[in-house]
Amino acid sequence: MVLVLNDEQTMLRDAARDFLGERAPVRHLRELRDHGAGTGYSRALWAEMADLGWTAILVPEAYGGLGYGYTGLGLVLEETGRTLTPSPLLGTALTAVAALNLGGSHAQCEAILPGIAAGERIVSLACDEASRHRPGQVATAARERAGGYLLSGRKIAVIDGQAADTFIVSAWTGGGLSLFLVPADAAGVTVEPCSVLDTHVAANVRFDRVDLDAVALLGPPDQGQGLLDRVLDVARIGVAAELLGLAQEAFERTVHYLKERKQFGVPIGSFQALQHRAAMLHAEIEMCKSVVLKALQQLDDGIADCAELASLAKSKVAATAHLAATEAIQMHGGIGMTDEFDIGFFLKRCRILETLYGDRHFHLDRYARARGY
Amino acid sequence: MSTPAPAPAPATAAPDFRTEVRAWLDANCPESMRSPYRSEADVCWGGRGFVFHTEEQRRWLERMAGRGWTAPTWPRDYGGGGLGREEAKILKEELARIHARPPLMSFGISMLGPALLKFGTEEQKRQHLPPIVRGELRWAQGYSEPNAGSDLASLQARCEDRGDHFVLNGSKIWTSYGNYADWMFCLVRTDFESKKQEGISFVMFDMATPGVSTRPIRLISGKSPFTETFFEDVRVAKDQVIGGLNRGWTVAKYLLSHEREMIAGTGLSSAGSTPVSKTAVHLLDTENGVLRNSALRADIARFEMDERCLDLTIERARDEAQAGASLGAYASMFKYYGTELNMRRWELLMAIGGYDALAWEGGDGDAESTAQHWLRSKGNSIEGGTSEIQLNIVAKHILGLPG
Repeated sequence: MVLVLNDEQTMLRDAARDFLGERAPVRHLRELRDHGAGTGYSRALWAEMADLGWTAILVPEAYGGLGYGYTGLGLVLEETGRTLTPSPLLGTALTAVAALNLGGSHAQCEAILPGIAAGERIVSLACDEASRHRPGQVATAARERAGGYLLSGRKIAVIDGQAADTFIVSAWTGGGLSLFLVPADAAGVTVEPCSVLDTHVAANVRFDRVDLDAVALLGPPDQGQGLLDRVLDVARIGVAAELLGLAQEAFERTVHYLKERKQFGVPIGSFQALQHRAAMLHAEIEMCKSVVLKALQQLDDGIADCAELASLAKSKVAATAHLAATEAIQMHGGIGMTDEFDIGFFLKRCRILETLYGDRHFHLDRYARARGY
Repeated sequence: MSTPAPAPAPATAAPDFRTEVRAWLDANCPESMRSPYRSEADVCWGGRGFVFHTEEQRRWLERMAGRGWTAPTWPRDYGGGGLGREEAKILKEELARIHARPPLMSFGISMLGPALLKFGTEEQKRQHLPPIVRGELRWAQGYSEPNAGSDLASLQARCEDRGDHFVLNGSKIWTSYGNYADWMFCLVRTDFESKKQEGISFVMFDMATPGVSTRPIRLISGKSPFTETFFEDVRVAKDQVIGGLNRGWTVAKYLLSHEREMIAGTGLSSAGSTPVSKTAVHLLDTENGVLRNSALRADIARFEMDERCLDLTIERARDEAQAGASLGAYASMFKYYGTELNMRRWELLMAIGGYDALAWEGGDGDAESTAQHWLRSKGNSIEGGTSEIQLNIVAKHILGLPG
């Protein structure tokens, strides 16, 4: 597949850029922070996104979706990265839908996917337990009982967990890891929302002897590790797409500022010390564009072996976005440190996305292992 | 969203072509040509004085040149392969699949040819392109001068009009393999009054012309891949100016961007070199398949990630070019990124080699040592426009920064 967007994809990206620029620019995030109800995202905006079809992009047509694929949704995520728009796109429309597409039974897909496509349901992956991402390290356990399971444990950093109606939970089942679909209103489920540094909201979720039927299993029992890895790789590539948008926007704002801001009687962008740093960052961002597009295309081609590309994308784009966000602050100078100016929001969102589902060190290690060293 | 239909399958070039290429290569690529170069000595440069190392090396060149596949995208009229970009990509992939060596390394193909195709007259194209495709003449580039390096446009080689011909005096430096070259394409000053970029012409002449001499320059690597080149009353024919008198700077800039792309390409893993991590695993301690030295391992992984990213970006740029975009915006960035990567490669190989990498001579016949490669690589970010010049170009022309 060629590493170029087709006309339809370009149209989708442009439409997303127009919509977000108008309805959810960075100002929207600031308003949520200052005047929001602590929900982390705007339900009204989410409904508009659903009207645009974004919640349905990955959902197969058989379940009321568009079946349009990962590249399309990745382009929208890239745009939400530019505007730092909080929404359940990453957690629900990408990650949860991928989990159901990859591991769900017909009945499970039928029960959940149409609701997601319609923008009515929020489904959150709950896989982390410790303060660093280690999806294989799971204390949560589902003990078998007649015809079902009793699930107990605690998950942290559950994206949109405060709003979720269903969790996808990883748990030990004796012979290995399994994934479960757990209704948020089931007896024994306690959700503690916690606001994170960029105004998004995640949750810690406790499961105390939650009674589950066998049909709650997502995929076969004891073999959930492979499915979880694949779902996480989808999520990681989605995060990389969002980080790519964030990096580009932070960089473009910085280059713009370098042309405007005058000191010593000239634009500071005429100084070679800043020009070279900007040019190096430009090169890194170009590298990221290629790897994100390649990773998204590979997801569309067949998910089986995306681990290496997912780790490459997550690690490389996180490092580059981090550089873009920190250089943005430095090159904006004092004003970059003020809350009144928007550029600081990019650094905050960047830190969240860098950490989510494995930071660059996690993925560097994973990449090296995948490559045999 | 206007409900999009599923994306149409990408247009794939005729599978017939791939089949045909594969069959032809099977039948025509000699066995000994199906492995990467072991050293500089394996490279086929062609030219009047070139001595083929093996019969198979000669045959491989002749067969590829016969199909025009030494210059796959050049028009057939000038001896090229006449392939479209998609076909050329397939040919490249098929060559890579069997690890085939390039049949010919040629500045004529990588640098002069594109400039001739764009700016040359019909007569110039017919005279020069076919022998380049066949590897019969080896070309050198005369750009830098002792006092015109990064500031190339200040060059002083003096080319004066003597009625029916020009006479050239002056010197060039950093001429790649100038002592082996048959012809030179050269930037000279033909107008001594106007602004510096405007008085430059792009001329070609035979290195055997009386008054041309070369002197090899010994590098810190111990090798001499460059010469100084001197001109004393060298006669240059008037029909050997490309792009018009005093318009050489335009041709030179165009050609430099091709050179940068070529140089960037040398930093690629796909160029047939062994992955750095493979060398590390071979030479260093591992535990459960993981390198014990975690700091070195992280440096290697970061390097290999960047290498893969550059690879993908070159692929993306080619695909964009095929879709009609210009590659101009990428050339400086690739030159900068590719050369910095290649230098990192040799730094890592030195680190992995430890004391063993400090040996001056290579252990394998005439192969260059790791240390010699490492030393040579230090020139990568200088030749063809320094990294700093590339960053200036990106800052000013891509990012639009002032000054």
